[in-house]
Amino acid sequence: MAQTAENDAFVAFERVQKSYDGETLVVKDLNLAMPKGEFLTMLGPSGSGKTTCLMMLAGFETATHGEIRLGGQSINNIPPHKRGIGMVFQNYALFPHMTVAENLSFPLEVRGMGKAEREKKVKRALEMVQMGRFGGRRPAQLSGGQQQRIALARALVFEAELVLMDEPLGALDKQLREHMQFEIKRIADDLGITVVYVTHDQTEALTMSDRVAVFDDGRIQQLAPPDELYEAPKNSFVAQFIGENNTLEGRIEEIGGNRCTVRLDTGDIIDANPVNVKNKGDRTRVSIRPERVEFNPDLGPEAHTLKAEVKEFIYMGDVFRTRLSVAGNDDFIVKTRNRADQHRFSPGERITIGWLPEDCRALDAS
Amino acid sequence: MSDATADPNKVEAPTPDDPLAQAKALDNRDASGRMLAADGTPLKRQLAKSLRVQKIRALMLIAPLLIFVLLTFIAPIADMLFRSVENQIVSETLPETVEALEDWDYESGEAPGEPVYDALYNDLFLAAEYKNHTRLGTRLNYELTGVSSLFRQAGRDVEDRGEAYLDQFEELNDQWEDEVVWAELMGSDEWLEAQRAWSEDSGDRLPRFQLREGVAALLPETTRSFLNFVEFIRTEDRESPLDEEPWSRVYTALYTDLMNNDVSAYSGPHAELLQEAAAAVPDFETQTTKEFFLSVDDDWADPELWGTIQAFSPDYTSGYFLSAVDMQKTPEGAALRNEDERIYGLLFKRTMFMSLMITFSCILLGYPIAYLLANLPARTANLLMILVLLPFWTSLLVRTSAWKVMLQQQGVINDVLVWLGLVGDGSRLVMINNQFGTIVAMTHILLPFMILPMYSVMSTIPPTYVRAARSLGATNMTAFRRVYFPQSVPGIGAGSILVFILAIGYYITPEIVGGTTGTFISNRIAYHISSSLNWGLAAALGTILLAVVLILYWAYDRIVGIDNVKLGG
Ligand SMILES: Nc1ncnc2c1ncn2[C@@H]1O[C@H](COP(=O)(O)OP(=O)(O)OP(=O)(O)O)[C@@H](O)[C@H]1O
Ligand SMILES: [Mg+2]
Repeated sequence: MAQTAENDAFVAFERVQKSYDGETLVVKDLNLAMPKGEFLTMLGPSGSGKTTCLMMLAGFETATHGEIRLGGQSINNIPPHKRGIGMVFQNYALFPHMTVAENLSFPLEVRGMGKAEREKKVKRALEMVQMGRFGGRRPAQLSGGQQQRIALARALVFEAELVLMDEPLGALDKQLREHMQFEIKRIADDLGITVVYVTHDQTEALTMSDRVAVFDDGRIQQLAPPDELYEAPKNSFVAQFIGENNTLEGRIEEIGGNRCTVRLDTGDIIDANPVNVKNKGDRTRVSIRPERVEFNPDLGPEAHTLKAEVKEFIYMGDVFRTRLSVAGNDDFIVKTRNRADQHRFSPGERITIGWLPEDCRALDAS
Repeated sequence: MSDATADPNKVEAPTPDDPLAQAKALDNRDASGRMLAADGTPLKRQLAKSLRVQKIRALMLIAPLLIFVLLTFIAPIADMLFRSVENQIVSETLPETVEALEDWDYESGEAPGEPVYDALYNDLFLAAEYKNHTRLGTRLNYELTGVSSLFRQAGRDVEDRGEAYLDQFEELNDQWEDEVVWAELMGSDEWLEAQRAWSEDSGDRLPRFQLREGVAALLPETTRSFLNFVEFIRTEDRESPLDEEPWSRVYTALYTDLMNNDVSAYSGPHAELLQEAAAAVPDFETQTTKEFFLSVDDDWADPELWGTIQAFSPDYTSGYFLSAVDMQKTPEGAALRNEDERIYGLLFKRTMFMSLMITFSCILLGYPIAYLLANLPARTANLLMILVLLPFWTSLLVRTSAWKVMLQQQGVINDVLVWLGLVGDGSRLVMINNQFGTIVAMTHILLPFMILPMYSVMSTIPPTYVRAARSLGATNMTAFRRVYFPQSVPGIGAGSILVFILAIGYYITPEIVGGTTGTFISNRIAYHISSSLNWGLAAALGTILLAVVLILYWAYDRIVGIDNVKLGG
């Protein structure tokens, strides 16, 4: 990214590294620039360093190397309470000995705000999360979803421009989660705040975010809007981590422009779109989304197809999942919409499958 | 449900394939609306039955502990409560005197009449034989000084009074010296026969004594004292009345009887001996019981003494409790003791004050340690924890003595201060054998009891709270004050209760380092238990201490709420 873009960014990580024990790097060379008002999600497996990044931004951990900037200003040496960053913790961290209203007025009190103004703001924040009636309750008297809203309101009440959320919905059930995802997104959009959101849940990441940063092994593997991430994963980690995915292993037979042919380990030849393979003879892992595979395709004379055997047919209501054995892979899934004319396979049937070459991405083999 | 039960068809013939109807049929109740189980017995009873086995098993599991606690904790406390009011010694040792005194009025300001002294002579003679009179003297001496020696003296002299009569009877006829004559006079023929057949070596039980017919009416006083005598030598000495000359008391009684009763009609054994004596007694040298007691000591005429005996004659008394609060049970009622005799109020106040000081110092010293323990990495925290627990592995006596070495005037601290020139060699600080020494040593000893509950509460406070406070804009100090501290208060509460209750009853340390100004009420209790042997007073003091602790506990519950006390989790 260009230097000027970095300087314009609202939040910027620049070559940030972090080690807790001086032996292993938990965060390796992190570069990230966020414009104001963006909703960015950090997604990645457990232990990949997401919380660490958030803590460095909030000021509870110091970066071992590199610089973190907020609004163009380096915050490496600013203590947490002066950063003005709102934070929603995974277990909410509502103060148990204070009422909801006291919890909300706490950040205003420590900023020396007058009583009347405090009450007004607390009231407004509670109404924003539709909890106006609960000001007098203790956190223990609220349901999980209600506590979550209060935690959100508390992070927003002092008008922080940047709000960090570390798996804020982790403890909620599926329905409440979906509802809260929607609420958080709505409030963030309404207020125009910048949000860094950490989650394990890829659906959550895809539905809420402007951009998603996929973490693995202390690095951002790919930083892209959700659709790009899903449809054009840059490497096989991202392809595998986001959404369902079929893989086949092989070697590059021919490569040129945006087409390559791959000879699979079974000898079959397929067409693919080379993403991060360069040379003929390189090992590659090709990746095809289950919904992009076609049965008995009619793709033109020069297109390659594969023979497949039906192993299992699963009826899932809106879609059918068909498990196939393809080129030595017994877990090859194909998803088809439940249409009146869709054939329902039975195990043992032998069929032909194929796909558009641009839907099949040849990625690194690691 | 009501429609299903209202329609008998549905209840009687539930269609098996209709689960709703089945469920409703199962939901049957009896006339009074109680739920019934499948076999028609009330559901409550079935439940109770199935729970009973569980309860019995649980009870058996805790039974050993329950019995242990009952025996070693509840029973001693109950015994202590009982002892603090129990006072049967007076009415048991002086039964007749107590009864005779009932008619006497302390307000009159005069010594009681002759019957009271007669009764006292009776009681005291018996008590002296059983050696009970000194115990009673000691007991009454708690209430009125001098009583102890009065009783000891009288106990010795009652013997002499009878001797005077004995001598005169013997002078008259030396048959009165013969125990066999007495046995024949008083005992029935059957008994005499049985008693003569008995020998000490046979190991048989002594035959039961039987009175000669008519003797009780003839010589009532003599009979009574002779029976006492027989009972005594039978149970205490296992002696035959045939081998033992009667007590001198019996001769006094004989004198009284011969003076008051006519024996001329008597024709049993030794009739002429008795009649000879009856003729002679009016010329005997004599002395009334009252005169005798006054000759032993003038104080026996003191209404104060009799008032005290009267005030303490009931089986239960408030006297110990009055003493424990620096008052006194006098014949006129409860009264404050003299200024210079009041010590318990001072001791209670001092005990409270010092316990509070110790608790407070423990909070001040313990809080930072507990905080460190809860917030350091596990390895360091464990090491620190061992240091905290280290005192538990050292003998209490050793630790207390160590403080003596540290604090005494030639001790380590004074030496260092002198060496530093902070105090002059002549004006070394007095830090031991006073309150300061007790507070220092006990704070040290009780500190772990403060740290542990605090630590266990603090370790359950997640660090995210403080982080959240900081991210909301609070400085370190504010985050601690507003967020961390309030959540650690239950730990302070638990630690304080523990330390305070331990401190208020502490004994060893104040005994060793307390001197005279730094001792606790418990030291006084121990003194009464092991030195003055005034267990009743010790029990009353202990009961008051228990009550104070319970009241404080109750007050704490009202003010802070006992739910706010946490030992962890
Ligand atoms: N305080 C700490 N001291 C030492 N190591 C730590 C500390 N906190 C985290 N780590 C290590 O740093 C790595 C990254 O941890 P981090 O909490 O950032 O992961 P995460 O991506 O948030 O995982 P999760 O999704 O499980 O929350 C992990 O390997 C973890 O063991
Ligand atoms: Mg995490």
